[in-house]
This record gives sequence, structure tokens and C-alpha cells, in this order.
Amino acid sequence: MIFSNMIDWLTNGANWQGPEGIPTRVGEHVYYAVLAVLVASAVAVPLGLFVGHTGRGAVFVVAISNALRALPTLGLVTLFVLLLGLGDWPVLIGLIILAVPPILSGTYAGVQDVDRGVIDAARGMGMTGWQRLWKVEVPNALPLLIGGVRSAVLQVVATVAVAAFVGLGGLGRILLSGQKTYKFEVMLGAAVLIALLAVVLDQIIAAIQRLVVPKGLTVAAKAAAPTRGGK
Amino acid sequence: MFGDIGTYLSSPGNRDLVLQQLLEHIYLSLLPLVLGLLVAIPLGWTATRFRWLRGLLLGGANILYTIPSLALFVILPAIIGTGITSPVNVIVALTLYTATLLVRPVVDALEAVPQHVVAAAVAMGYRPLARFFAVELPLAVPVLAAGARVASVSNISLVSVGALVGIGGLGLLFTKGFEIDYLPPIIIGILLTLILALIVDLLIVLLRNMLTRWQRVGAHVGGGS
Repeated sequence: MIFSNMIDWLTNGANWQGPEGIPTRVGEHVYYAVLAVLVASAVAVPLGLFVGHTGRGAVFVVAISNALRALPTLGLVTLFVLLLGLGDWPVLIGLIILAVPPILSGTYAGVQDVDRGVIDAARGMGMTGWQRLWKVEVPNALPLLIGGVRSAVLQVVATVAVAAFVGLGGLGRILLSGQKTYKFEVMLGAAVLIALLAVVLDQIIAAIQRLVVPKGLTVAAKAAAPTRGGK
Repeated sequence: MFGDIGTYLSSPGNRDLVLQQLLEHIYLSLLPLVLGLLVAIPLGWTATRFRWLRGLLLGGANILYTIPSLALFVILPAIIGTGITSPVNVIVALTLYTATLLVRPVVDALEAVPQHVVAAAVAMGYRPLARFFAVELPLAVPVLAAGARVASVSNISLVSVGALVGIGGLGLLFTKGFEIDYLPPIIIGILLTLILALIVDLLIVLLRNMLTRWQRVGAHVGGGS
């Protein structure tokens, strides 16, 4: 019953047009999420590379990442809107703060996890610090780094929906307007769209994650497999 | 700023509200943690027993974990037939998240139990069920504790979202504060959430240390040889 009402709503052409239509809201949702993750990456990736490469500030990075994970997203966005005023930027700042820790710890862990032997070999070949970073550490760190971006995207997609409460666009707006008008089928339709969007974005990044694993790593893993099995 | 918080808390009505929502928050986040653990252990065990289930279960867990909490809080009542403002929705949703977070560690931990340990237990006459509780499960405690720490932090932070669909908890302080354009309840809500997450984390670490005395004994023996 409720599901058939929801399908009626989802398949009604009128809901797919205009500034409050489904495509516009999906577009807003993706736009805010991608923008927040890009800005967060611009801060977190260089910082994570620096900490992973030099080993300086590692304790700080781990502590900050863990503490920020406990922050309630709704509390953070309401706080920033009350402090800085209504508008997109106060909310985006909250989103960026939430996206930094997973990317930072992913980048740091990726660089940190690179086999010491590989780095010693690079040093032995005469590579400078910068060369080691770009040619050895970054490629080896990519799978974990992108894994961090993947968690950040999930977190931000969920929070954009929540941030509809403070006026940010996106699919959460449809959900909350359905709540105000007591139309449960609209809320349910929006919830299903939010869930689908999250799953699709996650699968896209998972595909990227598989693509960027350097060929050398896959070859090395295959070559190492039989010897490991033999131990 | 802190003066404002003091003013806010000096009203008995506000104090009652904060305390009541804090208790509700603890209940809504910790009950699912326990329930999720109770679901994840048999699921993980089944996945190690039946190979074909493993991929299905882990893949399903992955997808479920991807679904944002606000969406799940709305989709669940349509499936299980509860009202949209029922706390049961939050409890079931967070139980699902906890179970999906813990299933993989449970599978990994059970598969990591050395074969010679299992063989020794079998030789001592342990039946499969007794062996599971006496040997395999205790060995999985450190991994389970690590998973429970992640899940507890995530649960405590997610309960707040329930306020948007009319469910209690500290999230109510955020929606109320926003509606009356007043910071103190929001700051109190954020601080209490962080403190609660920290205390629960410490409790899990304590519990883990109590349950894994054998690890320290093992370390002594290993160090001596």
C-alpha cells in the first residue's frame, strides 16, 4: 500500500520537473557532496602525505581523526548556521570538517603502510625525498587513500540529507517537505532515492579504487601469493 | 558563551530536558550495540561454516552500511510496520549498522583461529558448540572489541539524526536550539555526545582487557622463551 503510493509518486512526471523536482534535487545533492569532498581532499591529502612521509604529527592525526568521528552531524551543521548565518557556506564548512578525518587517516595510513624495504630500495636507487614521495609512496598509498575518500563521500552524502533541516538543497528537502505535509509516500520516495544515490556513488568510487591500484602491486601480490601459501 | 550555557542550565526545566534526552540517547545508542553484537556473532559463524553465504552476507552488509541513516530511519517503518516516530526504528537501524560493521571482523577473527588450536580443543573432547564459546569466541574478543569501538562511536553520533523524524535523544537539543536561534543547547548537545562517546569507548577497552587476561599471560610466556 505505502510502497505502491511511493511508486505512484516516483513515476509521476510532475515530480521530475522544475526547481524542486527530483533531478534538480539529485543534482544539488551530488554538487554539495562533491564540492565538500574536493575541498576536504585539498586540505587532507597534502597533510596526510606530509605526516605519512615524515612521520611527524602522526599521534595528532590519529587523535583528531578519532575525535572528529564522534561529532554529531546535525549538531555540527546547526552550530555553523547559528554561528555564521543562514546560507550554503556555513553548512559546507560543516560538511568539509566531517570529510577531512577519513581522507586524512586514509592518506596517512596508505603512506605509512608502504613496505619499508620498498622505500629503502628507492633510496638505494638514489631517489630524492620528492621522487620517493611521488613515484613510490603515493602510488602505493592510492588504494587506502581512495578508501578514505570513499568513506568521506558516504559521510557527506548522508549529511547533505540531514542538512536540509537548515535549508541546504538536495534530496533531504523532499524528505522533510513530505514530513511537513504528512505525505509519508513522499518521505519514503525521497529516502529510497537518497539510499540509491549513496549506493551508486559508493560503487563508482569502488570501481575507481580498483582501477587506480598500480599494476605493479597486483603483479607483486600475485607473485608473492604462492610463497606466502608455502610458509 | 559559557555564561550562556550556565544561564540555560540554571533553569530546572532545561536541566530536566537535557538529562532526559541524555538518558534516551544512551539507551538508543547502546541497546543496538549489544543487539548488533548478538546478531553479528551467529551470522559471522554461519558465514565461516557455509562458504556460499560468505560473499552474500559480506556484500549485503556492505550495501546496507552505505545507506544513510536518515533514509534508513524512514524506510524501516514502511517495512516493519512501526510508526515513523517510533524509537524502534532507530534501534533496528543502528542494530543493522552495528551488525554490518561487526560481521566482517567476526568472520576474519574466526578464520584466524589457528588450526592446531582447534585440533587441540577437538582432541580434548570439545563439541563444536562448546568449542565455539570456550575457544574460538574468546580468541575473537580483541577484534570484536575493535569493531565495537567503531560501532559505538558511530551509533552515538547517529542517534542525533533521529530528531529530524521526531525521535528523542540529544539531537532534540540541536533542532530546538536551531528553531529558537539559541546556541547553548546545541553546544551542550555536542559536548555531551563527545563525552558519552569517550566514556563508552573507555568502558569497551576496560571490558576487553578484563576478557583477555590470557593475552597478557601469553605475552609473559612468549617473552620468557
